[in-house]
Amino acid sequence: MKLPVSASESFVEFAGVQKTYDGEILVVKDLNLRIRRGEFLTLLGPSGSGKTTTLMMLAGFETPTVGNIMLDGDRIDAVPPEKRDIGMVFQNYALFPHMTVAQNVGYPLKVRGVAKAEIAERVAKALDMVHLGAFGGRMPGQMSGGQQQRVALARALVFEPKLVLMDEPLGALDKQLREHMQIEIRHLHERLGITVVYVTHDQSEALTMSDRVAVFNAGIIQQIAPPSELYERPANSFVAQFIGENNRLPGRIQSADGAVCKVSLANGDTVAATLTDAARVGQDCLLSIRPERVKIAPNGEAMDNRFEAQIAEIIYLGDHLRVRCVLDSGGEVVVKVGNAEDRPPLDIGSRIPLGWRAEDCRALDAA
Amino acid sequence: MVALTSEGGGLVREDTTSLKAKLRRAERVNRMRSLSLVAPLLIFVLAVFVLPIGLMMFRAIENTEVRDALPKTIAALQDWDGTATPDEPVFAAFAADLVQTQKDRTTAGVGKRINYEVPGARSRFLKAGRLIDAGGGGPWKEKFLAADPEWGSVPFWAIMKRAGRTYTPYYLLNSLDLRQDATGAIVRNFPDQSIFLDILFRTIWISFLVTAATLILGYPVAHLLAILPPKHANLLMILVLLPFTTSILVRTTAWIVLLQSSGVINDVLLALHITTERVQLIFNRFGTVLAMTQIQLPFTILPIYSVMKSIPAAHVRAARSLGAGPLRAFVSVYMPQTLPGVGAGCLLTFILSLGYYITPALVGGPQDQMISYFVALYTNREMNWGQASALGAILLLITLGLYALFNRFVGIDKVKLG
Repeated sequence: MKLPVSASESFVEFAGVQKTYDGEILVVKDLNLRIRRGEFLTLLGPSGSGKTTTLMMLAGFETPTVGNIMLDGDRIDAVPPEKRDIGMVFQNYALFPHMTVAQNVGYPLKVRGVAKAEIAERVAKALDMVHLGAFGGRMPGQMSGGQQQRVALARALVFEPKLVLMDEPLGALDKQLREHMQIEIRHLHERLGITVVYVTHDQSEALTMSDRVAVFNAGIIQQIAPPSELYERPANSFVAQFIGENNRLPGRIQSADGAVCKVSLANGDTVAATLTDAARVGQDCLLSIRPERVKIAPNGEAMDNRFEAQIAEIIYLGDHLRVRCVLDSGGEVVVKVGNAEDRPPLDIGSRIPLGWRAEDCRALDAA
Repeated sequence: MVALTSEGGGLVREDTTSLKAKLRRAERVNRMRSLSLVAPLLIFVLAVFVLPIGLMMFRAIENTEVRDALPKTIAALQDWDGTATPDEPVFAAFAADLVQTQKDRTTAGVGKRINYEVPGARSRFLKAGRLIDAGGGGPWKEKFLAADPEWGSVPFWAIMKRAGRTYTPYYLLNSLDLRQDATGAIVRNFPDQSIFLDILFRTIWISFLVTAATLILGYPVAHLLAILPPKHANLLMILVLLPFTTSILVRTTAWIVLLQSSGVINDVLLALHITTERVQLIFNRFGTVLAMTQIQLPFTILPIYSVMKSIPAAHVRAARSLGAGPLRAFVSVYMPQTLPGVGAGCLLTFILSLGYYITPALVGGPQDQMISYFVALYTNREMNWGQASALGAILLLITLGLYALFNRFVGIDKVKLG
């Protein structure tokens, strides 16, 4: 049943998908997700949040208990994995150890009955693409982790699949190589215009690579948005907590005036904050402020919130310092200070004025 | 250190030697400690494994019966050119030796040794012994020839001369249905004595059948063991290992109860009208292979299982996502990776099967007896330890050959049990 779907709309669509393994606990609860053609979408979340299960349902290794999945206008929940035309890169590469690199990359073409000469040509091209042109005759075991990962990439791309899935593909690499490969995968995506669904639990990886990120928790998508929006305008306290660092101040929303609301903290102080959909007037809330948005000695600037605090701890991190401050009225705020030559003098125990703007302070659910 | 870098090489060399010496000294204590830890086992293995096997191999070529019993005859034969019947001095020396062997009661023993190569020689020796006992003097050549014209046979004396040597290839050649003729050339053995190649091939064939049966039955079980959740896999593993808790003798006799003509299986076949008469299931090749397969199954399953366990599930998934159907993914990606385990399991079962004795003896017919049966026969009944040792040595050589082949193509380091 082919449905007319415009390319820009939804290339992949999860409609009301639920998944349970034991009939009691829903690993994925009511998943509705649309992925655009050519998009790099990352499923981000802690382990057990349902992101890998979602990917496995898309790959065809798990079937949805309820709901259906559409790929390019076709329902695919009953299509076996080998007929879905989806390339997949696995966490530990899953290269076949008894085949050479060229045989590994040629495997999807061989099972599709492509002629030998064409296989050789396309394999060479795919290996060139990942800068491994000279390595076709090697066995996977003779290669480094990063090289194996590139072979796995070439293998998942060589048959020009409709969609490429990546299940924590960089998890086994060291930090430097991981960052290098992030950029390389990103460039491949831009160059080939493929649609990628990427699973990771590493939030910086998700922010670096994706067009959009879907943050999973407890089987539900908490927020799906481009990285900048996710970071600057988290929809709820889970997302604020999971992505980046976060100062949390519990309080109660007293009143709201448009987007700005007044929140009273436990000790009686009042903070001006931005009201979000996650919180209601009159209810408990959690204020979320990024450490780099809290300013020390904000004399010249217009600040909605000003407080006196005492420095409790200074952590030196080279390019910046993390200063842990205790507000006079109780409560702790971590401030990130750039290590520029004009930074204010900081000493443990000294008293400093702090300030932040209402739009950088978001009132989220009190969860 | 400064001197090392700024000045000549002599200093460097001197320094490294002393460094090496220091390292050796430091390592020596460790080496002595590890040596003392393995010493008990090493001594045990040397005493109860290497030494007996070495002695056994030696017995296969050792040949002292004639040399010790007939020293004068052998000395007299040294100058004999082997063209005609030896002359009186040889017969006189033979008579003198026989006087001693009659006294030592070893005439029959020497006769038996010659009898291996010259049928009928034992009784001829016993007769000659009685001739000596009758007393009287020479000339001995006429006396012997009068008693039995065969004493004049040139090939007989050639074999006597050869049997006097301390080492003989006779037993090993005989184990391969070969013999040395009177001139010493290696030829095929007499048809009525050529049984060993037949036994050897039978042994290899039965072992092959057992190996193939265990592989066909065991491979799916190993796969199931590897993919089941631990709770069920443990239960299945216990079932696989259960046979180890029962003695081979008990299990083999249980097969007799099941398979005999009036046994349970025949009763059931008859009751279900699958057969109209009782089927011979035991004391034949079928019973032998069946009973051996049952005993050998765990040995084939365990190495395959341990290799399967190490194959990530992602491999087959990757193959499926790349476009291979379930069967193709299994055959082209999973099965090749299990080959080291298959090789190890099959090698283990094949080698163990080669040495089977009790099971074929109990549930096989006369045509199903394997090489070990004949080793036992020559050791216990025939008292021909040379022949028993030669058969054992050949079995050992086949085993080592298989082992070398396996190591060449698979690598023995890939073998894991469990």
